[in-house]
Amino acid sequence: MKKIAKAKIDDLFKAISEKEVLYLPVDDAQGQAAFIPWKKGLKMSEDLNTGRSAKDLFFPQVESLVNFKMDGKKLEIIDAAREKDPFVIFGVRPCDAKSFEILDKVFYYSEPVDSFYIDRRDRSTVVVLACSAPEETCFCQAFGIDQSEAAGGDVSAWMDGETLYLKAVTEKGEALLEGLPLEDADDKAVDGLKKDMKAIMDKLPLKDLDLSKFGPGKTQELFDDPAWARLSESCLGCGTCTFVCPTCQCFDIKDFDGGKQIRRFRCWDSCMYSDFTQMSAGQPRPTQKERFRQRFMHKLVYYPDMHEGMFSCVGCGRCLRKCPIHMNIVKVIKTIGEEK
Amino acid sequence: MQAVIKKKAKELLECGTVDRVLGWKAGEFFYDLTPAVFTTAEEIDKDFVYSVFSGANMSKYLIEETKKDGKVAAFITPCDSYSLVQLQKEHRIKRENCYIVGLACDGMCDMGMIRDAGIKGATAVSEKDGKLVLETIYGEKTMDKKDALLERCAHCKSKKVVDFDEMIGENGEDDPNCGRFDEVEKLEAMTPDERFAFWRAQLSRCIRCNACRNVCPACSCEKCVFDNPDSGIAQKAAASDFEENNFHIIRAFHVAGRCTDCGECSRVCPQNIPLHLLNRKFIKDMNELYGFYQAGADFETKPPVMNYTTGDAEPSIVYQRGGRK
Amino acid sequence: MYQDALIPKLGVVTQIRVETPDVKTFRVIGIDGKKPFVHIPGQCAMLSIPGVGEALFSITSSPTVEEFIEFSIKKCGCVTDWLHSMEEGQEITIRGPYGNGFPVDTDFVGKDLLFVAGGIGLAPLHSVINYCRAHREKYGKIDVVYGSRSMADLVDYKEILDDWMKEDGIDVHLTIDNAQPEWDGHVGFVPNYVTELNPDVSKTVVMCGPPVMIKFTLAGLMDLGFDRKNIYTTLELKMKCAIGRCGRCNIGSKFVCKDGPVFRFDELDELPNEY
Repeated sequence: MKKIAKAKIDDLFKAISEKEVLYLPVDDAQGQAAFIPWKKGLKMSEDLNTGRSAKDLFFPQVESLVNFKMDGKKLEIIDAAREKDPFVIFGVRPCDAKSFEILDKVFYYSEPVDSFYIDRRDRSTVVVLACSAPEETCFCQAFGIDQSEAAGGDVSAWMDGETLYLKAVTEKGEALLEGLPLEDADDKAVDGLKKDMKAIMDKLPLKDLDLSKFGPGKTQELFDDPAWARLSESCLGCGTCTFVCPTCQCFDIKDFDGGKQIRRFRCWDSCMYSDFTQMSAGQPRPTQKERFRQRFMHKLVYYPDMHEGMFSCVGCGRCLRKCPIHMNIVKVIKTIGEEK
Repeated sequence: MQAVIKKKAKELLECGTVDRVLGWKAGEFFYDLTPAVFTTAEEIDKDFVYSVFSGANMSKYLIEETKKDGKVAAFITPCDSYSLVQLQKEHRIKRENCYIVGLACDGMCDMGMIRDAGIKGATAVSEKDGKLVLETIYGEKTMDKKDALLERCAHCKSKKVVDFDEMIGENGEDDPNCGRFDEVEKLEAMTPDERFAFWRAQLSRCIRCNACRNVCPACSCEKCVFDNPDSGIAQKAAASDFEENNFHIIRAFHVAGRCTDCGECSRVCPQNIPLHLLNRKFIKDMNELYGFYQAGADFETKPPVMNYTTGDAEPSIVYQRGGRK
Repeated sequence: MYQDALIPKLGVVTQIRVETPDVKTFRVIGIDGKKPFVHIPGQCAMLSIPGVGEALFSITSSPTVEEFIEFSIKKCGCVTDWLHSMEEGQEITIRGPYGNGFPVDTDFVGKDLLFVAGGIGLAPLHSVINYCRAHREKYGKIDVVYGSRSMADLVDYKEILDDWMKEDGIDVHLTIDNAQPEWDGHVGFVPNYVTELNPDVSKTVVMCGPPVMIKFTLAGLMDLGFDRKNIYTTLELKMKCAIGRCGRCNIGSKFVCKDGPVFRFDELDELPNEY
């Protein structure tokens, strides 16, 4: 275990950024936290979490796959530029750290692997920061996440009013902490802090969210639940929930003809959109009900079916905060499967 | 107010005036109300909530609701009523299929503003002497209600419900001195470079979730141009910064003259982009060039950009205002 | 060059045959002059014209063809319009093969096979039919019921007449929706024709065609006493990645691109009705 006084935290950020690009949650123009490359003068956000999730750093909103040059009947394939530098993400919360595990199952460990995602994952060092001040929208405990443990990254971190504690948990983490202006600390130094965090976790209103109705093999039981129609009634069909979600990973592949070259890129897509499944031959999900159902069934049944029972939600609460009409996964979990 | 509204909702259902009631349904917390349709008195008793967090407008839902059989009751706040009228002028809402109860409104609060004020983990709220008393997992906190208001409410342009079948509470008046153009004036005072930098900083954060468009009562096209897969710009992440600008500017142009300044776009933006400022700039320009105009204020007048009069500003004046000499 | 499943390879369209007024068959080889990849009958590949888009198509040619792969493609959208307008020698991109394909070396072996196709639905079946013809000894009797709107809409008509119909152990039953003066064959819809032919319930059935054809043919086969475990079809949903990742072609927990496109009806019965 290492430590540094919070008053000197800028020295730490400076030292890290001299080694690698350091992404830090910083308040943006409107006061919302976002992961931004640190430079002198930038202060770490006081917010519990970033508005957009940390998935952006591994699965960005838009990324080039390949470029083409077309000249009459001739076609040429040109590599798209890829970044090569290693980077550090500091201050990822335990929920977002868990989301990496969920995304890894799709991009890292499913054949054929996704070289773009793997490349970013391998270049990254993740510092997970325990949640000193969880909020009412947090329900990560329902997915077995412990906000006081700061697990799932290369370095676990805890912070109180005066001190930041850091503990490397992987080789990459060890390498990061080496040579940084840190002091040694006792592993027990954060015990009190963890205890305080646990006391707050016990007060969270959604901590006992019951997921027993969901999981592998529940498709037949839940698919035709009449509540889908009611829940989706007010859904505006925007993509906010999918885009702020740390585990939503659906994408589209598009071409952009820039004149000289054609850029093939992938970008986030949303199952909430009508054209997501629209074909010239038909539309398997014709109304918002089917699209809405797809999103939650994917997180709570299909993904667990495909990945050893793991849910594709980490309880970060972003959809609770961001949905324009306050429909969200918690309401779905509490409503679907209730009527018999 | 909630008790009166719930009583009214049940009464309208019971006496057969309407078949359905559009309202706000209780959520997990005090603030996460969801628009919902109620069909029985029991549902209303159980779940209907009207509070300072009933900010989600109802008018847009009336487009689909009034296409259905039977009649629907809707509770409409003053700002929402302008959208209601505008949508009727555009033949989007079948007025004969809805019963409108106008609500006097003192402004709606925004959980984002409360969180920004540093109050975290709120689980309950009460109002006392113009203050919000919030119970949180970190103890009781207090803030002025005026600091928790939605932007549109902090600069409320009108407390008048312009179209209703009956009112709950006393109808108010519009307020030409609400200061809603103050922020626009600040933008106008910037140099073009500063202004460009301002909008790039804002619009570059757009994630193209389409929440602003989908909630907007003026965006009622059956098929949006941005949803056309052949357009090359179909509702996906922007391929370039040009597209980020393009989406919002096209949208602002398309709703110009029809935008009632309800502020829903800014309320719903997950990235907190002050989108209403774009629309307000258009409104302010139109007011200055063609005389004051409020979309949705009446059933007769045409928006200045859809109407020609001999008193219209000369194109050269518009041209010069753009900074070109 | 970077390698990734989503980065395609170059291909050249060396031959374009007009099959029907709206179907053309495209022969594709790799830029090195060789066959781009080896596939299983029923698998698909992603073809793209950069700047226009990428789309998934059934591979029409049999894996037994060593030199090239072929795609019979109906004109019905952005990418297919472009493909139909191009000339021989055009370079395009190709990636694949994708999907599970038909169990030609397992479940089909030793079975009497009944292929039922409508319109462009022959495209994926063409591959498996020719594969079975090439490995004739592995299978029992082969029947093909193929129907189209009109004579002009029958895909691969020449090959069917010249090769399939002249071969022993394969019976081809053609039908068109409405009578035409120059047509002396069967007239009527595919589902009715299948019922009229009264096939033995021991046959393994492989169907591909418009949803309405599938629906009524299936109902007819059920009436005849067929087991849904012995009826296969191949599905089509919108796809972008073809590797089970972009998230749009799932039916419940199955991705059509990866777990399909070939499904047995007893497997489909387990999935939600959303396709």
